[in-house]
Amino acid sequence: MRKRGRLVRHAAPEPAETDLAIQTHGLTKTYGDLVAVDKLNLAIRTGEVFGLLGPNGAGKTTTILMLLGLSEPTHGRASVAGFDPTRQPLEVKRRVGYLPDDVGFYGEMTGAENLRYTAALNGIERRAANDRIGLLLEQVGLADAAERRVEQYSRGMRQRLGLADALVKDPSILILDEPTASIDPAGVTEVLALIQSLARDSGVTVLLSSHLLHQVHQVCDRVAIFNAGRILAQGRMSQLAAELAGDELELEVGLDGPPDQVEAALRASPGVVDVRADPHDPGLWLVTGPQSIRAHLAVDLAARGLGVRHLRRVGDELDEIYQRYFSRDEGDHGNAA
Amino acid sequence: MATPPDALVLAGDAPSPEPSDTPARGTPRLASARPPRLGWRVVAVKEFGDGILSIRLFILIALLGLAAVGAIYSTASFVGQNAQAASGTSGLFVLLFSHQATGSQVPSFAALVGLLGPLLGIAFGFDAINGERSERTLPRLVSQPIHRDAVIIGKFAAGLTVIGLVLLAITLIVSGIAFLVLGISPSPDDLARVGAWFVVTLAYLGFWLAFAMLCSVVVRRSATSALAAIALWIVLTIFSALLVGIVASYVAPVPANATLDQQIANAQLQLDLARVSPGTLYSEAAAYLLDPTVQTVGIVPIAQQTDQRAIPSILPLDQSLLLAWPQAVALLSLTVVCFGAGYVGFMRQEVRA
Repeated sequence: MRKRGRLVRHAAPEPAETDLAIQTHGLTKTYGDLVAVDKLNLAIRTGEVFGLLGPNGAGKTTTILMLLGLSEPTHGRASVAGFDPTRQPLEVKRRVGYLPDDVGFYGEMTGAENLRYTAALNGIERRAANDRIGLLLEQVGLADAAERRVEQYSRGMRQRLGLADALVKDPSILILDEPTASIDPAGVTEVLALIQSLARDSGVTVLLSSHLLHQVHQVCDRVAIFNAGRILAQGRMSQLAAELAGDELELEVGLDGPPDQVEAALRASPGVVDVRADPHDPGLWLVTGPQSIRAHLAVDLAARGLGVRHLRRVGDELDEIYQRYFSRDEGDHGNAA
Repeated sequence: MATPPDALVLAGDAPSPEPSDTPARGTPRLASARPPRLGWRVVAVKEFGDGILSIRLFILIALLGLAAVGAIYSTASFVGQNAQAASGTSGLFVLLFSHQATGSQVPSFAALVGLLGPLLGIAFGFDAINGERSERTLPRLVSQPIHRDAVIIGKFAAGLTVIGLVLLAITLIVSGIAFLVLGISPSPDDLARVGAWFVVTLAYLGFWLAFAMLCSVVVRRSATSALAAIALWIVLTIFSALLVGIVASYVAPVPANATLDQQIANAQLQLDLARVSPGTLYSEAAAYLLDPTVQTVGIVPIAQQTDQRAIPSILPLDQSLLLAWPQAVALLSLTVVCFGAGYVGFMRQEVRA
């Protein structure tokens, strides 16, 4: 059923629009003159993992608070699990599990006690709550720490407890605000694996925000790149990468042979715009050209009798996606000014 | 490069314009998961548990308990001496609460509660909201299916319950001493008076709880909020008489050759100004309720006493209640206003700092 979007995969057929777990129409939030979220249109399908990506201060948390009915939109409206968060916040909050940015717990209470409080606030009967909490703590790997005070928990443990807390109410939608922020790399992997298995196994719709594209792109079916309150692009990662096709890329090429001859061969190769010797490593060359050179540079060089021992793209594709969109955004501002 | 962002949105991502009142998808599968109808009770139960087990409660009980016992022993000797003569008279039991032994430095029990009671209210309110903020638990709390006011109502209810229990415990200790050491048993009239005093005191402490919670809504840091609440407490208990005197002598001056009318005008103004303070309202109400011989706390009895015309008598309970009524209502309204301000402030605040 579920299609997982990876860079290498092709786009799957788009599901019907009635299958939307979250949608917003022109959602706007202003604080005085500051526009935190600007006419946001989002459509998140049931069962998908959607990443809201953008730098700090882009308006991600403001958007999330509006989706939960915790902050009132200045204009526009939203629909979450079929309810308007402004008018029926309780219905929304019954169905949406929320892991806030930098989640906190009552330090003097144990992990299990904290979750029991959440369960009580959701009206879950005590016995059912205890069973569920036991399961969830096991799922997030905190079964052994359940009876320890939260003030003794590490940052990563708190984050995992936060995930369990968001799941106590058995939500159909999970909203995770910066779930990987400020935890160590091992913790990030753990948390992401957990999110992924949750989405896959229980069909929960996940909306997660992050400023680290690297960390979350693997678990996201689709992403929206978000800055200064506006969506710059949304879609599968592969589509976003395709959007950038036609832009130049830089390759690091390792070739053996006399430098003059090698340089001449590289320059002669079709499509190549610029060739420079790597100032740090004599055997390496930096070649600039359109995306297409990646496909035939090696073949072309081989045909010229030069053995390519190294070929690597300079910079990261993800970095590039991220950077390009933000520089494009700055370009917009430049034009407007 | 300057493509409008909207152009990048894929066709399939365009939100549908149709209204979204379709039945909720993925209703929680937990059979018992019905959001609590009275969410504030869940909050109150948790906060009550926190309060009852807190170190601050222990400290306050120790402080107030010691003060109360001290006050009682000081008063007890006086009451004990008069117990014989006044045997059968109603009102002896309540004197134990309200009488300051002649020449004693120790104030009466009721006065001590008026002085130290605010600490109780402050202790259980000063970090109610900003504490949740600094622990970063507020976003998690308000994203549960309860109304936002459930948080502040639940905390107020829990705080008032804890304070009420402390007050009850100390009142019972005092009564127990009267009972065991002095052998004075309360008449039904005495019990009713103590009961009425208890309610008025709760309203008084409720004011301080509400004020401390207002501070916790307005001020971001718990320590600053505690300081703000304590500052008002000190101003009202220590400096209010001074301030009232200065303002009154400015508005209604009393020259050296002042007439009686001028003096009375000044005194009346001082009294009116002092009644802005909940402490004054409390002590006046307590005086009416706990001492049946008190007929007025106004300025008239001075003239009456000099004229030797006042008839010393013991007021029946209903008359004392009638006298204390305005003060009790004023205290209650101060509490309601304070709580209301905190409530509105909290409801209008953003969840995020």
